[in-house]
Amino acid sequence: MLSVAVVFYVIGAPFVAALEVIVYAGAIMVLFVFVVMMLNLGKAATDMEKKWQRGGLWIGPSILAAFLIAEVAYLITSPATAAYGSTVIEPTQVGIVLFGPYLIGVELASMLLLGALVGAFHLGRRTPEKTENRNGISTHASGTAPGGDLVRAGTDRSSGPA
Amino acid sequence: MFALGLTGLLVRRNVIFILMSLEIMLNAAGLAFVVAGSRWGQADGQIVFLFILSMAAAEVSVGLALVLQIYRRFKTLDADALSEMRG
Amino acid sequence: MYHLLWLIPALPIASFVILAIFGRRMPKKAVPVFGVGSIGLSAIIAILIAITFLTSPPQGNYFNQVLWTWLDVGGFQPQIAFYLDSLSLLMILVVTFVGFLIHLYSAEFMIEDEGYSRFFAYMNLFVASMCILLLGSNLLLLFLGWEGVGLCSYLLIGFWYRDPANGLAARKAFIVTRVGDTVMILGLFLLFDKLGTLHIQELMHRAALQWPVGSTLPVLAALLLLGGAVGKSAQLPLQTWLPDAMAGPTPTSALIHAATMVTAGVYLIARTHVLFSLAPSAQLAVAIVGAATLIMAGFAAITQDDIKRVLAYSTISQIGYMFLALGVGAWSAALFHFMTHAFFKALLFLGAGIVINALHHEHNIFKMGGLRKELPVAFWTFLAAGFSLAGVPLISAGFYSKGLIIWDAWSSNIGSDWLWAAAVFGVLLTALYTFRLIFIVFFGEAKSEVHKRPGWAMAVPCVVLAVLSVVGGFVDTPEFLGNVHSFTDFMHLALPAVHEGATRGLSELGSEGLVTLAFLIGIYIAYYFYIQHREYAESLTAPAIAKALHRFWYTDWGMDWLYERVFVRPVIWIAQFDRRDFVDDIYNGIGLVTELSYQGVRKTETGRMRWYAAGIAAGSIIFLAIVLFL
Repeated sequence: MLSVAVVFYVIGAPFVAALEVIVYAGAIMVLFVFVVMMLNLGKAATDMEKKWQRGGLWIGPSILAAFLIAEVAYLITSPATAAYGSTVIEPTQVGIVLFGPYLIGVELASMLLLGALVGAFHLGRRTPEKTENRNGISTHASGTAPGGDLVRAGTDRSSGPA
Repeated sequence: MFALGLTGLLVRRNVIFILMSLEIMLNAAGLAFVVAGSRWGQADGQIVFLFILSMAAAEVSVGLALVLQIYRRFKTLDADALSEMRG
Repeated sequence: MYHLLWLIPALPIASFVILAIFGRRMPKKAVPVFGVGSIGLSAIIAILIAITFLTSPPQGNYFNQVLWTWLDVGGFQPQIAFYLDSLSLLMILVVTFVGFLIHLYSAEFMIEDEGYSRFFAYMNLFVASMCILLLGSNLLLLFLGWEGVGLCSYLLIGFWYRDPANGLAARKAFIVTRVGDTVMILGLFLLFDKLGTLHIQELMHRAALQWPVGSTLPVLAALLLLGGAVGKSAQLPLQTWLPDAMAGPTPTSALIHAATMVTAGVYLIARTHVLFSLAPSAQLAVAIVGAATLIMAGFAAITQDDIKRVLAYSTISQIGYMFLALGVGAWSAALFHFMTHAFFKALLFLGAGIVINALHHEHNIFKMGGLRKELPVAFWTFLAAGFSLAGVPLISAGFYSKGLIIWDAWSSNIGSDWLWAAAVFGVLLTALYTFRLIFIVFFGEAKSEVHKRPGWAMAVPCVVLAVLSVVGGFVDTPEFLGNVHSFTDFMHLALPAVHEGATRGLSELGSEGLVTLAFLIGIYIAYYFYIQHREYAESLTAPAIAKALHRFWYTDWGMDWLYERVFVRPVIWIAQFDRRDFVDDIYNGIGLVTELSYQGVRKTETGRMRWYAAGIAAGSIIFLAIVLFL
């Protein structure tokens, strides 16, 4: 990430350089780290990884990648490609363009982020029984069977010593 | 960089590493856009990079939530274990 | 009166339809009303037309009744049209009249059978088809009738379908005649292709104009038609089906396989006589086929032990006589013999039916005996027919008709001594087997009990036919015996006369005398072995060579064995070889390829994400490559 940020700075786009470091390295990678910590994998996982990484596994993907590199190299070295320019584009310029022609894009991006937020929340949720047991808040623990019927448990209570 | 990301995607079996490779690929695409914008001297490349970035953020959050679900269901992070839709 | 001609085939067809649809639901008494009545009406109409024809013949001695045009394809326009001249009139008379008598007989004979209405439906269809065959004015309509009688023969031989042996016999009959029919169709194609029409009179006219005598085309066409005739009339080499066809009910054998269908070949050749006159080698072939068949069948007949098979071989032999006559150009003589043969052969079968019925379906003649006292009607009528068949001099019809053929074989300009000699020898054989049959069945001690006697419906037709067998010959007698030639005169209205050649030392009287001598020798041999010294008959076949000869003649000169080896086995082998039907494999192969591709494609759906990702990557790379480099 950091090297990419520097590259951005060098070709005259300081705004995205900063953005790269803050958002990519700062937020997204941090999310990864959070999830890894949550999953709490331990040594067993790293052992599994070692087992999976056999040498022969690299052949197919390497071939595909090689083809891809070859094609891009062909494109780059063909006369139709131009050399890159050296003008620096200021953040203010970027801001003006954002509020101008690309306004709708910005709004759409925010909606996308909202959707992602809701989706991630829903998908990451734990199922109801497990949540209750975990938290330790079992109101009718004595009456109910584990993961049992809470409604009946309530009525039992009412027919208890009342 | 794209090629590297692709190779990583295809080789790795742990879904977390697959997602990471995906990020690398996105980065590479963004880089290409910014370079193109710089070449023409316009801010558009950077704008597009911005959008790519926000999209990557959204995708990562959803993806990681899915990873959590996968771990709970299958008790493993092996991508090959997720082949119930085989035919 | 002539305009009623179309009713002659139409009435039996109508009766067939009614019996086929309603036969089961009718009361049993009603069935013969339709079955016999329709034929009776046809016979009456035929007789009326004959009377009109004889008293006031139509213009040109023929009458053409066009009903409608059958097809109209590319200049080919066959019509449904009926052509009446003395030839077809004679045959129609015989077919309907004898047919009527046989139907009357079977009204009683078949009464216990559960397929009563089915029987009459088939028989009526048969008579209708035969009439269409005889009256058809073009070869296509004739062929329609031809196929129709073949179909009815099949249906009637296999009438008692519950026994698979009957089905096999029916199939054999159909297939063997089919071979002949195919050859005939080729002949029809040839005629149409070269002469442009199938209307018989027109065809004959054009053939006479366009084809020189003895050129290859008429010879080929005539030989092809001969092939068809040989199949239908059970001559060499297609005669193997007729003895097995005796598996059908006796009235069927009487009608189809004695009097009518088997003479269809004779009719065909007589009708197309112009063509045969243009092809002398083909006509010689006809004569040779006739002569060879009559000798072969004669030998076969003297060894048979089933009463109906003796009569079957006898039929083959007598039709051989008719073919011989056609072959030497004696057209009228052939038809004279046809008429008398229809009378006495039908009677022989009907009499055999009475005997079989009386002895509870016993067919083996060596289990019969002494029936002349028990079944007098059967005996006397059978005797009359037997006399006629053997040709008892002066008092039987067969004598006159056979004598005429034999004389014409000698005296015709295309006759030959050998043909004459064969015919005379045939008389000996005929007398031998006929009287052998009569002596064994009706004389000697009784070996089986008589269960049933015939009623009037069975006896009357026999008596009528017996009378005809005796007097039927008097319409045409040789010169030295009254010189009546009304029959031949009648025939000469449609057919040419025999061309006389040099008589080379033998007169008609001499020929008849030699015939009588042969007849007497034959009857004496039969008498010697079967009346006087029965035991000699067995001892004659005791030595191995005699036994082998007996077997050889018994199995019709080994022809069934030959056909089995030459035709049936290879075909079955080929069928077995192609059991998996390699043509089917092509279509199955298409399915197989599809299935294999499906299996292959299925492997790519692994459900594994990385595999899919790789697929996407590979696909996009290829796409990129295409865009860049092509």
